[in-house]
Amino acid sequence: MSIERPSTLDFPPDAEGMEMVYCRPDTLTDTPFHYCPGCGHSVVHRVLMEVVEELGIQDKTIGVAPVGCSVFAYHYMNVDMQEAAHGRASAVATGIKRVLPDKYVFSYQGDGDLAAIGTAETIHTVNRGENILMVFINNGIYGMTGGQMAPTSLLGQVTTTSPYGRDVKMVGHPIKIADLLVQLPGAHYVTRQAVHNPNAVRKLKKAFEKSFQYQKEGKGTCFVEVVSNCPSGWRMTPVESIKYLEETMFPAYPLGDLKVPEKV
Amino acid sequence: MEEKKNKTSEAKLMKGNEALAEAAIRAEIDAYFGYPITPQSEVLEYLEREVPKRHGLVLQAESEIASINMIYGAAGAGARVMTSSSGPGISLMQEGLSYIASAQLPCLVVNVVRGGPGLGTIQPSQGDYFQAVKGGGHGDYHLIVLAPASVQEMADFVFEGFRLAEKYRNPAMILTDGALGQMMEKVIQPEEGSLPKIATPWATTGKTKDRNHNIITSLFIKPEEMESVNHQLQEKYRKIEKNEVRFEEIKTEDADILLVAFGLSSRICQKTVDLGREKGIKIGLLRPITLYPYPYKRLNELADQVEFMMSVEMNAGQMVEDVRLAVEGKVPVYFTGRMGGMIPSPDDVLHEIESIIEKQNILQD
Ligand SMILES: Cc1ncc(C[n+]2csc(CCOP(=O)(O)OP(=O)(O)O)c2C)c(N)n1
Ligand code: SF4
Ligand SMILES: [Mg+2]
Repeated sequence: MSIERPSTLDFPPDAEGMEMVYCRPDTLTDTPFHYCPGCGHSVVHRVLMEVVEELGIQDKTIGVAPVGCSVFAYHYMNVDMQEAAHGRASAVATGIKRVLPDKYVFSYQGDGDLAAIGTAETIHTVNRGENILMVFINNGIYGMTGGQMAPTSLLGQVTTTSPYGRDVKMVGHPIKIADLLVQLPGAHYVTRQAVHNPNAVRKLKKAFEKSFQYQKEGKGTCFVEVVSNCPSGWRMTPVESIKYLEETMFPAYPLGDLKVPEKV
Repeated sequence: MEEKKNKTSEAKLMKGNEALAEAAIRAEIDAYFGYPITPQSEVLEYLEREVPKRHGLVLQAESEIASINMIYGAAGAGARVMTSSSGPGISLMQEGLSYIASAQLPCLVVNVVRGGPGLGTIQPSQGDYFQAVKGGGHGDYHLIVLAPASVQEMADFVFEGFRLAEKYRNPAMILTDGALGQMMEKVIQPEEGSLPKIATPWATTGKTKDRNHNIITSLFIKPEEMESVNHQLQEKYRKIEKNEVRFEEIKTEDADILLVAFGLSSRICQKTVDLGREKGIKIGLLRPITLYPYPYKRLNELADQVEFMMSVEMNAGQMVEDVRLAVEGKVPVYFTGRMGGMIPSPDDVLHEIESIIEKQNILQD
């Protein structure tokens, strides 16, 4: 079966003489994102797929989508993909990678998925040093189910299931899962990034590029956290949500590398 | 030659669990993912010992939840994969099995049943019949369920399980029990490499230029779409019910009384058949080999011949419901069995039969 897709290179048709400087990569389908306006998921999808395109590994990349707002990631990412049960993406990715060790495998999960229901799978996948990329979208809330408290919700954060603010006595502190994973020798590269401005996007892209390079070299698990927003769940406008990210989320989840491979 | 030795088919004395594990290697599984639990840990242990010397991959996961999801991933990538466990672990796998059934992935799951409910006992049981044949997880689906009754069949049904799973893109289960897993019998292993692989163009192996991206999913958010997926599944199940029913009949030709039993219970009942016939009671036995699909039709036919049927199980009476469904009220259907890891004896079963005969005053013209 051949796929009929207009080449982005001859689009728009009347753009004669103009240089194409920005277009949708072939690694994204034509399907419009269903994400809310301003949501970080779409940007992360795009950046990840740009990297897959630029590295020329579309035919060697297999992704695993989570249960969460990005459950339909496979509608947008034009690579072979599997949709995992809630929390099990890294186990599914393990299964794929173990039988297709020469392919690039990534999992893509939200905070509820990766750091609540899937915590055991997360820790043991990294502990095995599974040679995959784990993408972790930390928006401090359960976006998909309508804004309930996540394991990463901040103290005092008001959500539909913490209407008086997250209470440390009841549910403990927000979990900094990346900081935990750093302790595991199987973790080769652990970084915390964002997509709230162009500079952050450029850094995230670098992090993905490095991760695929490490995977090629068989180095172990690469864990890329993206501290992202959820304007709908947070009950904010997209602009307000960016401000909240900068003023409230980043101080709790400082951006930057948590573990970088030792130089040899 | 080392390889030659593995391929020869001499009878060898083996434990049920090890015979099954050896057959898995001979079926050229690409991967096994599992977690220890009695009474089936020998499967994982045998594979951990043998696979590195031969071929394939074996990985001890952190839980049965992880193993079944590794199975999902690897099966979705087109690999021949297997896991095994017992009651508590199989319960943890139910979510994953529902996803695997919905996404239509072939794989083989072995349940070496122990007594339950709860943590129960490590002694043999058939208490997971309902869970195995009626779905087990959420939603409308079926596993193809094979019930071995000997160590030989523990090995043979690995091949048969994969053959059926791959033919129908459906998870298959071997439902056995702790006694069959632990007992030693002579077994002739299936020949290594004699199970051909079916092409898996739907698998996620990397999107090449000549095709659209492959997606393995169980999510069909539009109800119309979800319904049509369900129709597709049901059509497949009807096909399986039509083509794949397997059972064995012992001395049914002239039987007045029919025992129905699977797995270990069927071996006990075989003895009862002989004991009864020594006393002049014409007992026959039908042993379902596939528990799903179930031999409803044959049981219905036999109901025209016998005075009554009795389902003999190592549980509180689960399969007996299917026997009653099959018989459609034509003859009485009784149940006898032991629970919680206890095994009924051939005499127990005969005694039950005799007391029914006495009570009903049948067979004495
Ligand atoms: C076993 C199970 N429990 C609960 C749910 C319901 N559920 C779907 S998504 C979700 C939370 C997702 O939140 P997160 O992982 O943070 O992703 P986000 O939507 O924020 O991107 C929950 C609880 C489910 N699908 N499966
Ligand atoms: S609910 Fe939140 S995470 Fe989900 S799409 Fe909307 S903004 Fe994004
Ligand atoms: Mg979230």
